[in-house]
Amino acid sequence: MAIENVYQISVINRQQVFWLPQGEPLLMGMEKACQHAINVGCRGGGCGLCKIKVLQGDYQTKRMSRAHISEEEQALGFALACRLTPLSDLVIESDHFKLHTQQPKIS
Amino acid sequence: MRKGVMRPGHVQIRVLDIEEAVKHYVDLIGLIETDRDEQGRVYLKGWTEVDKYSVVLREADEPGMDFMGFKCVDEATIDSLAEDVRKLGIEVKEIPAGDLKDCGRRMQFVAPTGHTFELYATKEQTGKWGVSNVNPEAWPRDLKGMKATRFDHCLLYGDDLEGNLELFETLGFGLAEQVLDPDNNRVALFLTASMKAHDVAFIKHAEKGKFHHASFYLDTWENVLRAADLISMTNTSLDIGPTRHGLTHGQTIYFFDPSGNRNEVFCGGDYYYPDHEPTTWKAEDLGKAIFYHDRQLNERFLSVLT
Repeated sequence: MAIENVYQISVINRQQVFWLPQGEPLLMGMEKACQHAINVGCRGGGCGLCKIKVLQGDYQTKRMSRAHISEEEQALGFALACRLTPLSDLVIESDHFKLHTQQPKIS
Repeated sequence: MRKGVMRPGHVQIRVLDIEEAVKHYVDLIGLIETDRDEQGRVYLKGWTEVDKYSVVLREADEPGMDFMGFKCVDEATIDSLAEDVRKLGIEVKEIPAGDLKDCGRRMQFVAPTGHTFELYATKEQTGKWGVSNVNPEAWPRDLKGMKATRFDHCLLYGDDLEGNLELFETLGFGLAEQVLDPDNNRVALFLTASMKAHDVAFIKHAEKGKFHHASFYLDTWENVLRAADLISMTNTSLDIGPTRHGLTHGQTIYFFDPSGNRNEVFCGGDYYYPDHEPTTWKAEDLGKAIFYHDRQLNERFLSVLT
């Protein structure tokens, strides 16, 4: 199905598909479309709740908390959906958020 | 028993983009920018606060709270309180004057929950912003956004609440409110060094050192509703509200700064004297304790932290 000016987002772990207007950040676009395929947290790249892995597609990201997306993970396609804007159709996995119970945070 | 800690004096918050953050805290919340330093940190205050600043923003890779500072009555008090903290087996380091601009030396330590706190007694006083100290007008006319009056408290999440209770009682804080689980374990502490219902609060959580929110005081419920309007007008990330808390009974709205740090503006709330027994909420009624009207927690309250 070809639709103008939208990208298809496939969230494979939840078996959900929705469409996002081009230029819209992934998480907030999903909320506007009344979809529930990615958990919504702070919407500012801080809390990590909307951590996803992109399996296919192009995208750009704004700065994300290193507490949740390390440089290595970023290179592997992990991202916070609130800071990610798709540049093509995407295939993603949501629900990658994990608590960090081991090391205390260093200020 | 009070031991010379006066009030929450400052909080240093990490943000991902300093200029986006300044716009949020100044244009939306209505804080006043009072200075910047060579590290790029930005200093802010609410208009009723007499000291030069109460919020410090620092750009970093990871949002959250660097530290929260309490202002004490004099320099001798911070030395004696530092000694009391050391007796608990907690290391205290002295940070020299001037590390924070126009602030005296600070005695800094890490609490059992992993949060960094400090005590200081000296900071430049610039007076209330926009009003004189003699025959003052009711308010300055050129405030922005929510017109927050002051930095009020922080709510922090961490694991060792009993350790923190011992630490803060050592510093002369009182336990104004608590949440107890069915086995009478404390899962929330609302601590005060003043008449306010809380100057700092903690909720039990598996991770150490997490930041739930920094809170700013408004005068009226009408102002809380107006803050909600501004959150919508600016397309700011809303958490929940306007509503009322059961704990402290404050009227509140939660939202997020552009780096995902939670903010609160609130009004009202209960008062505390040192002879008050702690108010207790039961963990099984935590929904009503946190959000008095909905009477259920939203998922974000317990899981969204920086």
